Amino acid sequence: MPAAYLTIGPVQLVLAALLLAVNLGLSAWLRLGLQRSLLVAATRMVVQLLLVGLVLQFVFALNRPLPLLGIALVMAGLAGVAAVNRTRRRFPGIFWDSLVTVVTSAFLVTGASLVGILRVRPWFEAQYAIPLLGMVLGNTLNGMSLALDRFMEGAAGARASIESDLGLGASRWEAGHALVRDSLRTGMIPTINAMMVMGVVSLPGMMTGQILAGAAPTDAVRYQIVIMFMIASATALGALGVSLLAFRTLFDRRDRLRSERLRRVGSGNER
Amino acid sequence: MADSDTRPLLAAADLRRTVEQRVLFDSLAFTLDAGERVAVTGPSGSGKTLLMRTLAGLEPLEAGAVRFLGRPLLSWRMPEYRSRVMLLPQRPSLPEGSVEQALRAPFAFHVHRGRRYRREHALSFLEGVGRGRSYLERPTETLSGGEAQLAALLRALLLEPQVLLLDEPTASLDAAATQAVEALVSAWLQEHPERAYLWTSHDEEQVRRVATRRVQVGGD
Repeated sequence: MPAAYLTIGPVQLVLAALLLAVNLGLSAWLRLGLQRSLLVAATRMVVQLLLVGLVLQFVFALNRPLPLLGIALVMAGLAGVAAVNRTRRRFPGIFWDSLVTVVTSAFLVTGASLVGILRVRPWFEAQYAIPLLGMVLGNTLNGMSLALDRFMEGAAGARASIESDLGLGASRWEAGHALVRDSLRTGMIPTINAMMVMGVVSLPGMMTGQILAGAAPTDAVRYQIVIMFMIASATALGALGVSLLAFRTLFDRRDRLRSERLRRVGSGNER
Repeated sequence: MADSDTRPLLAAADLRRTVEQRVLFDSLAFTLDAGERVAVTGPSGSGKTLLMRTLAGLEPLEAGAVRFLGRPLLSWRMPEYRSRVMLLPQRPSLPEGSVEQALRAPFAFHVHRGRRYRREHALSFLEGVGRGRSYLERPTETLSGGEAQLAALLRALLLEPQVLLLDEPTASLDAAATQAVEALVSAWLQEHPERAYLWTSHDEEQVRRVATRRVQVGGD
């Protein structure tokens, strides 16, 4: 099939990089001191993307399930770590909880959609599996991160009222399920907001990409609709899963709130 | 419970608690019999609150054993245990809404399914401390420290616990509110012979008023 889009050569990449002169110029002129960061960030971005391009090209060429699953696990692992990195508190085992949740929810939803909805054959066709999983992971990690943060802040902030309920005879679920509910709601808000304004305020990246690659806009929006539903369900599962696992750690079997398991982290305020 | 006069309601043996390698109490042992009014005394920071929380099952047992009605703490389901051995924390937390909503809320817990909130019951307690129906309608956010403590105590009493663990219940209260709290607890105790309480206090005068015996924590 002839390329339905213009390919970008090295010269064009260099030309695009020249656009960065705007930022560098502004930084120098206004003494923002950002030149170094800009150069490092831009270089990282270029190197990372070129490498990923090579890796994906390789996996696409192999077209076998195991390498695909390997790549998928690495992507999910990074998402699991990233989801925790943006929270302000930690508890022992939080990274495992995040990892287990992101793998389960993203793989379940992406797998079911590939096989049951898009009916991709074979299911490990990387052209579909990788971008869809990537989008699901990126959004699930956001939802999980928000849910986890909400859960831990809630457990720390409402300690008195939770322990008051426990002291009056509440089971751990009776005392703590409101936290799970709030976390789930918080985790789902970005997806709902995104769906509200999609196509009106924001033109989603995947759709734009497909259109650039020559797809008919009416086809591209259908993909976008499918992916949004995938994202919505994976995010809900991720937010719920990680909240339940956090609940299990912070409320023990003897119906106690284990506040001492929550540790504040200094470096978590980078958002 | 026919033989409960031959054994203590609550018995603690060899309790130990350390916080950051500092021993707060060690080899602490005491019993609480039916009908008893016992004060828990000790300097501030001696671990009285941690002891009360431990007895309520909110803190892990570091060493030793707690038995209630002859059964070790570990063999009780915690909601069941805490519905009978109830903690009143020093700074109680009330949910948003009216006082009556706060009093009613714990009746929704599974462990209290056999009980029903009865307004007359609440009113009869309130009458004893000179407060009426309007108190039930006040939003909990507008209560002073003393009024909130009173609401929390009332909430516990309506659930008819067998043992009350009162952690400095009058620490921040004025004389009138202190008197009201003491009167309520006293009325509750006299309602049934199988009841007893532990009461932590700094105030020697109060210890003499509310207790017949004391358990000393730390500082000796």
